Amino acid sequence: MTQSDLYTILPNLALVTWACVLLLVDLFIPKGRKGITAVLSAAGFAVVLGLTLAHAGVEQTAFHGMVVLDGFSTFLSVLFLASGLLGIALAYGYVKRMNIERGEYYVLMMFSVSGMILMAQATDLIVVFLALELLSIPLYVLAAFARPRAESEEAGLKYFLLGAFATGFVVYGVALVFGATGTTALSGITPDVLSSPSTHYLAMVGAALILIGFGFKVAAVPFHMWTPDVYQGAPTSVTGFMTVGAKAAGFAALLRIFVTAFPALDADLVPVLWGLSALTMVVGNLVAISQTNIKRLLAYSSIAHAGYVLMAFVSFGKAAAKADAVASALFYLVAYAITMFGAWAVVIALEKAEGRGLEISDYAGLGKRKPFLAAAMTVFMLSLTGLPPTLGLVGKFYLFRTAIEGGFVGLAVIGVITSLISAYYYLRVVVVMYMHEGPAETSGESWLDLTTAVTAVATVVLSFLPAALFALASGAVLKLF
Amino acid sequence: MNFLMNPLILVTFFPVVGVLALLFVPGERKNALRWVALVTSLVTFGLSIWMLTLFHAGNPELQLGFKLPWIQVAGWNITFAMGIDGLSVLLVLLTTFLTPISILSTWTAVEERVKEFMVFFLLLEVGMTGVFLAQDLFLFYIFWEFTLIPMYFLIGIWGGPRRIYAALKFILYTMAGSILMLLAILWLGINQGTFSVPDLIAKGGIPANVQMWLFLAFALAFAIKVPMWPLHSWLPDAHVEAPTAGSVILAGVLLKMGTYGFLRFNLQLFPQATVKAAPWMALLAVIGIIYGAAVSYAQKDVKKLVAFSSVSHLGFVMLGLFALNPQGIQGSILQMINHGVSTGALFLLVGIIYERRHTRDFDAFGGLWKIMPLYGALFLIVALSSMGLPGLNGFVGEFTILLGAFGSKAIGSPWFAGIGAAGVIMAAVYILYMYQRMFLGPLDKDENKKLKDLNWREIVTIVPLLIVIVWIGLYPKPFFDLMAPAVGKLATALQAASVAMLH
Repeated sequence: MTQSDLYTILPNLALVTWACVLLLVDLFIPKGRKGITAVLSAAGFAVVLGLTLAHAGVEQTAFHGMVVLDGFSTFLSVLFLASGLLGIALAYGYVKRMNIERGEYYVLMMFSVSGMILMAQATDLIVVFLALELLSIPLYVLAAFARPRAESEEAGLKYFLLGAFATGFVVYGVALVFGATGTTALSGITPDVLSSPSTHYLAMVGAALILIGFGFKVAAVPFHMWTPDVYQGAPTSVTGFMTVGAKAAGFAALLRIFVTAFPALDADLVPVLWGLSALTMVVGNLVAISQTNIKRLLAYSSIAHAGYVLMAFVSFGKAAAKADAVASALFYLVAYAITMFGAWAVVIALEKAEGRGLEISDYAGLGKRKPFLAAAMTVFMLSLTGLPPTLGLVGKFYLFRTAIEGGFVGLAVIGVITSLISAYYYLRVVVVMYMHEGPAETSGESWLDLTTAVTAVATVVLSFLPAALFALASGAVLKLF
Repeated sequence: MNFLMNPLILVTFFPVVGVLALLFVPGERKNALRWVALVTSLVTFGLSIWMLTLFHAGNPELQLGFKLPWIQVAGWNITFAMGIDGLSVLLVLLTTFLTPISILSTWTAVEERVKEFMVFFLLLEVGMTGVFLAQDLFLFYIFWEFTLIPMYFLIGIWGGPRRIYAALKFILYTMAGSILMLLAILWLGINQGTFSVPDLIAKGGIPANVQMWLFLAFALAFAIKVPMWPLHSWLPDAHVEAPTAGSVILAGVLLKMGTYGFLRFNLQLFPQATVKAAPWMALLAVIGIIYGAAVSYAQKDVKKLVAFSSVSHLGFVMLGLFALNPQGIQGSILQMINHGVSTGALFLLVGIIYERRHTRDFDAFGGLWKIMPLYGALFLIVALSSMGLPGLNGFVGEFTILLGAFGSKAIGSPWFAGIGAAGVIMAAVYILYMYQRMFLGPLDKDENKKLKDLNWREIVTIVPLLIVIVWIGLYPKPFFDLMAPAVGKLATALQAASVAMLH
C-alpha cells in the first residue's frame, strides 16, 4: 500500500472516517436534536464532494489494479455524493415529523454512499462484491428504519432476503468467471481468454449470473418483484435515496464490468439484454397504469426507467456505439436522479402520519392551493414522460440515439411506444392536481421546498443547456476502454 | 447580443416576456391579467408585421435566419437554427394574428384561474411560432411536443364537461404520432450527420426504401395532427370540449402544424417517397373531404359540425399539397390560412352564442336572425366563406387546389379532383342546413327572445377576421406573391425527383 494508493481512494476514505466519527459523536447529541447529526453528515458529504472535484481529471489505478480513479468514477461519485446531500434534505424534516429521528439514519446513508463510490471505482470483481455489500447492507437497515411500523419492517426484511439472494448470484457469477479466466481483475479478462472454446461458455454463464445479480439491484424485470413493496414500505426519504443511488450504483457496476471485460460476449448476451430491456420497459410501464398509490407508481416508474437505461446498455459491445452507450446511460442517470429527487420531495411534502396522503387522489386541488409545488410536480412528470421542456426529453433522445446507432431500431420502437403508455399515468397525476377539486395540504418544510425548486429549475434549464452535461458524460467514459 | 434582436427570435419569444409579467400580477386582478396578455400578443403581432417588412417575397430561400451551435459534443450536431421563407411566413402571421383575437374572446368567457389561462395561452403561442420557424429537427421536435402541454391544460382545466377525457385523448393521440417521428429524426441525425433542415435537404441521397420508412414515420405524426382520415377521432372531442379560444387556436393554427410539417419536411426531405406516396395521400385526402362533409351533415351540435367540417377542409389542403405542382401547393397554403380564419371565426361565433345560452344544440335555436340581426349577418358571411362562395376567401383556395389536383401528374388521375369537388357542394348543404336551423324559421323558444345582439368587444374580435376573409376573396395576389417563389422552388425539386425516379 503506497501513498498513491491511498490518494486514489482519499475521498472515500474521508467519507468512511467521518461516518465512523459521527457514529460516536451522535451518542452525545441529545435526542430530539438529531438535526445536528444531519448537518454534520451533510457537511461531510460537502467536503468529500469538494475532494472529489479537486481530484477530477486525475487518472490512476491503485492496489494492484483493483481500484481505479478515472473520469467515469469521478462522474458517478459526484452523482452519489449529490444524492447523499439531497437524501439528507429529504429526510431532515421528514424523520422528525414521522417520529423516527435517530442519528444512525445519516451515518448509514454515508456508509451506503461510500459503497456506491467504491462500486464506481472497482476494477476487480472481488472489489465489486465488497462494494455491493457495503452499499446494500445500510440500505436494508434504512428500509426498516420506521420500525415498529409493520410495512417498514416488511420492506426491510424483503429487501434483505432478495438482496442477499441477488448477491449470491453475483458471487457465483464471479466464481465462474474466475474459473474460466483464472483472474478476477477486469483487465485480465481479455477477448482471447473469452474466445477459447473451453472457457467461453463458463465465462458466459458467469457473466449472465452477474447480470442477474445486478438485475435485482437496478430492478429490471423479471427481477423486480421486491421493488414496489420495498419502495412503498420504506420511509419515503429512504425510498427517494434508493431509487436514485442504488440504481445508479447497479448500473455503474454493470457498465464497468461489461464494457471493459465482456465485450467479446456481445453476441451471446445481446439477445438476453435486448429481452431484459424490452420486458422491463413494457412491464414497468403497463403495471404502473393501474397504481393508485404514488409511491408504488414511482416504484414502477423507476423499474421502467431501468429498462430505458438498459436499452442503451444493449450496445455495450458495439465498437461504434459503446462510448455512447456509457455516456448516454450516465447522462440519463443524472437526468433521472434530478427528476426523481424532485418528485420524491413533493411526495414527502404531501405525506402525513400513518402513511396517509400517499394516494394519487390526495393530490386533488394541489394546483390551486400550492401552484408552485404543483407546477414543479408537473415538470417532474413531464420529464419522466420525456416531454419538453425538460431534461427527461434530452436524456431519452440520447438513449434512443444510442439504440439506433447500435442497430437496435426495434428496441427503440418499443422504447417510444412504452414512453407513450407512460404518458397516461404520469399525466394522470397532473390531471388530479389541476383538474380535480380537493383539499391537498403540504407540510411546508423549507428544505423540501428548496429541493423541489432547485430540481425543477435544473430540469427545465438544463434541457436548454445540456451541452456541458453532455460533454461531462462523454468525457467520463474515455478511459474506460 | 445581436442575436436577441433577430426578428424571428423576437416574434417567437416575446410572449415569454408577457408570461413573466403575468406572474407578477396578483390573481384577483383579472382585468389587469387580461390586458397584459392582450397587449403582449398585440406587440407580438406588431413584431411579426415588422418581420414581414424585412421579408423579401421574391427570394425563394430561407431568410432572416441564424444558425448557432447548440449541442456540438459527443457526435451531436444540433444547432439552434431558425429561418423563414414563403412556405412559413403566412402561417407565422396567422398565429400572431389569431392569438390576440382569441385572448380578446375570453374576456368574459374565462372567469376562473385567469392567470394560468393566459400563461398557458402565451406559452402556446411560443410553441406554435417556434414550430413554423425552427430549421433544426431537434429544435422543431421540442417546439412540436411543447405545444401539447399548454393545449392539454387549456382543454383539461377550462373545457367542457368531458374535458379530462378529451385532454388526455388529445395528448396521447398526438404523442403517438410524434414518437415515431422522433426515431426518424434520430436516424437522420445519425446517418446524415446533421439535424439542420436546409443541410439535410441539400445533402439528400437517402436510399429509396429507407426514404419510404422515414416518410411514413413523419407522415404519421403530421397526419394525426392534420387530422387525415382515419386518424381524426381525437379532433371532435378536443374541439368540442376545448374552451372557445382553445378551439380557435386548435383549428386555426395547431392543425396547420400538421400540414406545414408535410410541406416542410416530408416533401423536401423525402422527395422520391413523396412522389411515390402522392396518389395514396390524395386518396386519403379525398376520403377525408367526403367523410368529413357527410359526418358534418349528421351533427346536431354546432361546434361538432364545425369540428367535422375541419376534417373535410383539411382534406382539401392535403389534396393540394400532394398534387405536387405549384397551383396545388399554393392553393393549399392559402387554404391553410383560409381555414384558420374562417373556422376560427366560426368557433368564435359559436362561442358567443354558447356564452349566452349555454347550449349549442340546433334544436334550442331557430329564428335568431330576428333577435340578433348583426350576429346573423356576420355568421352568414363567415358561413359562406367556409363553404367556398366566390368572392370570399374559401373559394380562391379550393378552386386553386382543385385546379392543381386536376392537372397533377403525381396524383395521376383527374378523378380525385372530381370527387373532391363534390365536397364543395356537400359543404354548402351542411352549412346552409345549420344556418337555416339556427337563424331562420320562427323565433319560438322563450329563452331566445331575450338574447342580446353582439357587443362592441365581440364585434372587434370578429371584424379583423372578416376583413381578411373579404380581402383574400377579392384580391389574393399579395398572399400568392409571398409564397410563389418558395413554392416554385419546391415544385421544381419535386419535379426533378419524379423525373429521376423514371430513369
